Amino acid sequence: MLERIHVIICGGEACSKQEAKDIKREFDRLLEQEGLTDEAKTVMTGCMGLCEYHPVVVMYPGEVFYQNITVEAVATIIEEHIKHGRIVEQYRIPEPFDRGKIKNISQLKFYKMQKRIALRNCGVINPLDISEYIARDGYFALAKVLREMDPKTVIDTMKQSGLRGRGGGGFPTGLKWEFAAKSVDDVKYVICNADEGDPGAFMDRAVLEGDPHSVLEAMAICGYAIGAHQGYIYVRAEYPVAVERLEIAIRQARELQILGRNILGSHFDFDIELRLGAGAFVCGEETALIASIEGERGMPRNKPPFPAVRGLWGRPTNVNNVETFANVPVIFMKGADWFKNVGTEKSSGTKVFALGGKIMNTGLIEIPMGTTLREAIYDIGGGIPNKRKFKAVQTGGPSGGCITEKYLDTPIDFDNLVELGSMMGSGGMIVMDEDNCMVDVARFYLDFTVEESCGKCTPCREGTKRMLDILNRICEGKGTEEDLDVLERLGKMIQESSLCGLGQTAPNPVLSTLKHFRSEYEAHVYDKVCPAGVCAKLTTFTITEDCIGCTKCARNCPVGAIHGKVKELHHIDPALCIHCGACKVACPVNAISTKPVMKEEHAHV
Amino acid sequence: MIVSGKQLITEEKLAHLYASMEENKKKPGPLMPTLHEAQKIFGCVPLSIQKIISRELDQSIAKINGVVTFYSQFSIEPKGENIINVCLGTACYVRGSQGILDAFSDELKIAPGETTADGIFTLQATRCIGACGLAPVITVNQTVHGNCSVQNAKEILKNFKKTL
Ligand SMILES: Cc1cc2nc3c(=O)[nH]c(=O)nc-3n(C[C@H](O)[C@H](O)[C@H](O)COP(=O)(O)O)c2cc1C
Ligand code: FES
Repeated sequence: MLERIHVIICGGEACSKQEAKDIKREFDRLLEQEGLTDEAKTVMTGCMGLCEYHPVVVMYPGEVFYQNITVEAVATIIEEHIKHGRIVEQYRIPEPFDRGKIKNISQLKFYKMQKRIALRNCGVINPLDISEYIARDGYFALAKVLREMDPKTVIDTMKQSGLRGRGGGGFPTGLKWEFAAKSVDDVKYVICNADEGDPGAFMDRAVLEGDPHSVLEAMAICGYAIGAHQGYIYVRAEYPVAVERLEIAIRQARELQILGRNILGSHFDFDIELRLGAGAFVCGEETALIASIEGERGMPRNKPPFPAVRGLWGRPTNVNNVETFANVPVIFMKGADWFKNVGTEKSSGTKVFALGGKIMNTGLIEIPMGTTLREAIYDIGGGIPNKRKFKAVQTGGPSGGCITEKYLDTPIDFDNLVELGSMMGSGGMIVMDEDNCMVDVARFYLDFTVEESCGKCTPCREGTKRMLDILNRICEGKGTEEDLDVLERLGKMIQESSLCGLGQTAPNPVLSTLKHFRSEYEAHVYDKVCPAGVCAKLTTFTITEDCIGCTKCARNCPVGAIHGKVKELHHIDPALCIHCGACKVACPVNAISTKPVMKEEHAHV
Repeated sequence: MIVSGKQLITEEKLAHLYASMEENKKKPGPLMPTLHEAQKIFGCVPLSIQKIISRELDQSIAKINGVVTFYSQFSIEPKGENIINVCLGTACYVRGSQGILDAFSDELKIAPGETTADGIFTLQATRCIGACGLAPVITVNQTVHGNCSVQNAKEILKNFKKTL
């Protein structure tokens, strides 16, 4: 039975707050009531990427995209769209770029510049139903591999595709598989790294929740190539929905004998188990991850030996990232050459980024390698909201760095980003505007690393802590001239002498901001001002003429430092003000200004 | 131990733990799954529970304590009945979630990581929960609230208190 209309409801994190479920329930209820269940069917999918417009509903055929849907809107959509075939303009997503009339989602610039390989099924299929995955050629690649290819050909295909690991390092995947294949042992393992620890990134989550089978399929292909029969997915416990969907996917795959013994009638056995992380960022590092599965403290160890030689329980193990795996079935369906033709010469394929921070269209994007940062931020991301000025974009999370306006036309690939003092990382792309203080941002990342450092090696455990102390001092206006040099020296030392990637990259956010925004550091140290007005001790809060006298600031001030009558200009008493910023958040007209502290005021701070 | 009027460790919960250990023992690397289960059953993994696990899985208490204290998902102290998380991931931080955390801290009169004296609320700062599109994000128990401001976050707390 094929229904005439499919109503796709986004069940990604942004949408699946109670609302999305309520909307689906309302659709189902009304369709039932109107006797339309043979006509239309509702499907809840994974994240579609346009989180800014949640909750989102797409009608097929026609790919008509409705935004900010409420339960009340459902009746209108059923009446107009489903019954009468008329598009409900009022909920149609606005085109933020050219404002012209658009007909369907593939015409949205947001999607037009993207190329969906890893996310091919996210937001399209129901992740809870294996038959929808199969209907989109799912598990065909595995069948093809098992029937037509020997392990060596599989590895050669992977090498030829040029796919590089999406977990951060960018190591060629085919080569990694080859190492594991060459290690001689009758027990080997495949691990999927789904620990996605970069704060501000949710690409892997989208794949796990929107298309879990693609990961299972790729793991089985990998197992066949390297000679492993058991796979583990190490997934963050913070992603309960992903865990649940993976469990369902594994069960369904076992029922169809796609996992288990004699997969798809071949002589190859492969099964997969889930293991939950427990909230330690360092467990994303592959040797720490392995220790964690073994039931130890998740601490990294020296490499070599690499996991391909001595991994889980001492056996050869291949570790790949979720997104890396999600690309694999496509390579076998469309061919290595097809894949190689997407992207740039040294970085083939696409990369998924989580666009966040001060940007219009927050959400997930998948773009061909070689797209420029400017295209990603302005053409797809829609630029900076509130007429603010772009200041920097941060990639690579706590291991990466900040990239300035000057370099926005750099094509994104593994090597270019490293050259700019940042890195690809797992795919967080956080945009900052003039209201963000770069010293504060550097401090934020370092605070993260200090907390997440496992404590095994001294440079990382002690060094990052000292760097944080210095940054805290600078933000409080107690920095000295010497501090900037010490930061630089200490940073370089930590990079060189730490045991694992965590420490080796921890100083990057500080060093890159020191390089590109040195004047901002200097303002903190010499002039005792925070030019962006973020570091509380180095700013004064005042109310500008724009004040409309709504009294919101006065009501939100925790210390009662704001006075003024309704509809009159308000004032802040600087002696009482604790620089908390509550008024700034509360003000509907942006009339609170945070100006750098005046020199003479500073004398008695 | 008694937490907000309820017995923390009961016969029934213990039976549940033993059953899950039986299951986990069949697999390699049973410690982590067991600790997850214990955390879920009791809401924390205090020393008395660690001792039981040590005996059952035949691993030293020192090692188990080391593992429990390493991971932030496991806690030794019981948490409050309701858990408020404020995301301090990057996307939320640059959109001002620190201010929201401070506001809650102020409102509940506890520091992040602490539980109110009556055991009703625990306030936590968390890492990215993967809802960056909605930044800044807070969660009250399982419910995610996006696009928060200091103001509406206070509102959310007030409304939530009414449902208690
Ligand atoms: C501190 C640290 C954290 C990491 N976190 C992750 C992570 O969250 N997800 C991931 O896939 N790889 C992470 N990695 C990289 C892994 O060690 C490993 O290189 C990767 O999983 C290999 O997969 P790939 O070749 O497919 O990228 C991390 C590395 C370090 C040093
Ligand atoms: S940074 Fe807060 S949800 Fe991702």
